[in-house]
Amino acid sequence: MLSAPLAPAAMHIPDGFLSVLVAIALWLGTALIVAVALRRVSADLGERQVPMMGVLAAAIFAGQMLNFPVAGGTSGHLLGAALATILLGPWAAIIIMTCVIGVQGLIFQDGGLLAMGANIFNMGIVGVVVTNFLYRSVRTLAGNRSWSIFVGGFLSAWLGVVLAALVTALELAISGTSPANIAIPAMGGIHMLIGVGEGLITVGALAFLYVTRPDLLQIGEAKPAGRAVWVAGLLIAVAIALASPLASRFPDGLNWVAEQEGFITNAHDAPYQIIPHYVFPGIPNEALATIIAGIVGVLLVFGVAFGIAYTRRNKTGAARSTPQTQN
Amino acid sequence: MHHTIQVQNLVFKYPDGTRALDDVSFSIAPGEKVALVGPNGAGKSTLLLHLNGILRGEGHVCVAGMEVTPDNLPRVRAAVGLVFQDPDDQLFSPTVFDDVAFGPIYQGLPEKEVCARVADALAAVHMQDAARRVSHHLSVGQKKRIAIATVLAMQPEILVLDEPSAGLDPRARRGLIHLLRELPQTMLIATHDLQLVAELLPRTIVMDDGRVVADGKTNMILNDAALLTAHGLEKP
Amino acid sequence: MHVHFLDPYHSGDSLIHQLDARIKLVLTLAFILTASLTPFGAWAAYILLLAIVLSVEMLSELGIRYVLKRAFLATPFVLAALPLIFTVQGTPIASITIGAWTLTMTLEGVERVLSIALKSWVSVQMAIVLAATTPFPQLLAAMRALRIPKLLVAIFGLMWRYMFVMVDEALRLLRARAARSGATDARRKRGGSLAWRARVTGGMAGNLLVRSFERGDRIYAAMAARGYDGEVRTFPLPALTARHWFIMGAGLLVCLVILLLAAILSP
Repeated sequence: MLSAPLAPAAMHIPDGFLSVLVAIALWLGTALIVAVALRRVSADLGERQVPMMGVLAAAIFAGQMLNFPVAGGTSGHLLGAALATILLGPWAAIIIMTCVIGVQGLIFQDGGLLAMGANIFNMGIVGVVVTNFLYRSVRTLAGNRSWSIFVGGFLSAWLGVVLAALVTALELAISGTSPANIAIPAMGGIHMLIGVGEGLITVGALAFLYVTRPDLLQIGEAKPAGRAVWVAGLLIAVAIALASPLASRFPDGLNWVAEQEGFITNAHDAPYQIIPHYVFPGIPNEALATIIAGIVGVLLVFGVAFGIAYTRRNKTGAARSTPQTQN
Repeated sequence: MHHTIQVQNLVFKYPDGTRALDDVSFSIAPGEKVALVGPNGAGKSTLLLHLNGILRGEGHVCVAGMEVTPDNLPRVRAAVGLVFQDPDDQLFSPTVFDDVAFGPIYQGLPEKEVCARVADALAAVHMQDAARRVSHHLSVGQKKRIAIATVLAMQPEILVLDEPSAGLDPRARRGLIHLLRELPQTMLIATHDLQLVAELLPRTIVMDDGRVVADGKTNMILNDAALLTAHGLEKP
Repeated sequence: MHVHFLDPYHSGDSLIHQLDARIKLVLTLAFILTASLTPFGAWAAYILLLAIVLSVEMLSELGIRYVLKRAFLATPFVLAALPLIFTVQGTPIASITIGAWTLTMTLEGVERVLSIALKSWVSVQMAIVLAATTPFPQLLAAMRALRIPKLLVAIFGLMWRYMFVMVDEALRLLRARAARSGATDARRKRGGSLAWRARVTGGMAGNLLVRSFERGDRIYAAMAARGYDGEVRTFPLPALTARHWFIMGAGLLVCLVILLLAAILSP
């Protein structure tokens, strides 16, 4: 129970798993969308936004610790994007999930730093926008009758989780870190199951609110986010739904991966032909470089170790209370 | 010399029409230390929130010579330091320094002045070394002190406290009583802690059901058994 | 109750602790970027990166065991990469036959998985050192310095502050549920249906949300009582000194050198 915040969820991508291109592209896209969300939330909430967003993000983070046993020692957890979206609308939900994922990555290393843009995109933007699309659709189609809160809540939470997982798998495949024909069905399949848990918890929360604070359920309804966001949700959902089965037909991800691997090699082939492949007869440069790197590395580490031991020796006796000066 | 707090015929209604405050009137002179007692639901907290303009009802509320209106809220809030019941609500910044500096910063003071105010406020609550600490590492008693410091840094004329000794262990409570005794400001303290009232506050206002039912010398009120029982209080 | 396990900061006065948070953040990001940019199979570069991060760990006096233990928690994700051993085309090493399928391990596949694992491992170690040697309020200041919008940083800061309060409340809800989850002697299926359990958990989540709405209102009232007007106001950070720039420049240079090395030597 206490290790919950440290137990990595299935979707937070660590550093080193995404190609730099994918990571940076998603960082840029995410930054743009979060900037827009910030402005929209400013306009909607005004002065209250800092305390309200902060505390709600803290609640969602804490909510992720709430689990319920499923079967054989596993448990279902809440992601929370759907709940945030349904209650507060997509823009506020994007800000909240950005904070939650930001803290998870920065403080708990649950998700990388370079990969954070992608993680926010997957869980905080795709998850939110798709949920918003499906929830609003169900509500409208049902004429805003009460049961549609729960049906819509369940379905949109489920879909949000599944599509977030699929887009994660797609990113891994494009980066050449996981073969598409395994990653996509695997992540998709697992999260179709996990999504049921998310859906049930979301419905449970909505039911609680419906009874105790129905006024809170009205917040998201009062100022709907607008057609553009709804359409975006629809388009993203369709795009992911189409791309996933297509991509999973390729064993080693998409063709770009092979090209990407060659990208760095090819870029450096021409100017560096000057350096022959072998400096010593029979020993390739790569091996030599590795040996030298190893020696340098060891010297580095021991150098630091000895340096510390040396300065520590001088310090014992003198007070070790170096004041925290402004750095 | 003006009355520091002057409330006349204050009425506040909830959205469903029930009167949380029903024709409340009283005055507090500069330097007075007054207790506000009564059962839960009497309207004590609601009344306190009118003193710095967070709530607005019908009637007149004047503090430090100013009528509380939407236009002069910044000056009102600099004059009336309100310390809430739950210190976790008031310590919302990453560090203690940030929290205590918050008031002065929003008053528009320059950096050096802000730092001076923070140092003075922390010294006044005997927590000089706490500046770099993080709020969630503090004990409840320490948090309550810092909450008071956050308000003192604005150099208010009047201190209004809502249940300051609630949740404190005997030692922390004793420390708080010492602290309140030292502070020179005019004080209005809403509390269930009648022992504290007897020790610290010469005047008591009793509220029940949104109305002021008694207002006078503390030792007279606390010895009036019938009055106490009628309003859900017990003699300390 | 204090949920201290949520705060990874270990106070200390090592060189790394004393380094300005802005520099630490920039260099950590540069290091992770360098690790990600090195091509698969650039073993020399990986060794140097590992040596650097180990040196930093030693300088931070956190204890290498502490960092490695925390780094271990990020490893399960490597499972996602394991299938590459069989799917990357290249020189075959060994074959496994399961039923009708023949899976062939390739050298390139193994290389790639190892590369990914190493890159990820050194990156997460550096991130751990950053979080453990930098008090969060300084990280907030570093984020402002990196031009992240003040509003977002303020929300972030408030979230962190109340994270502890909310997690405390969540734990209390969990304990209350546990206290009510007794067993009778009756030999009936325990625990209620899945749907019921999920609904109870959802109720707890709803509970947390309601409390946070109410708390948000109270915090806003407290902020307003101290003059808050919606603008985020903070003091400007002390300027970076020449020494700061030198350290940052040196760190970035090292990263660049490693990248060049990796590029020159890639097969």
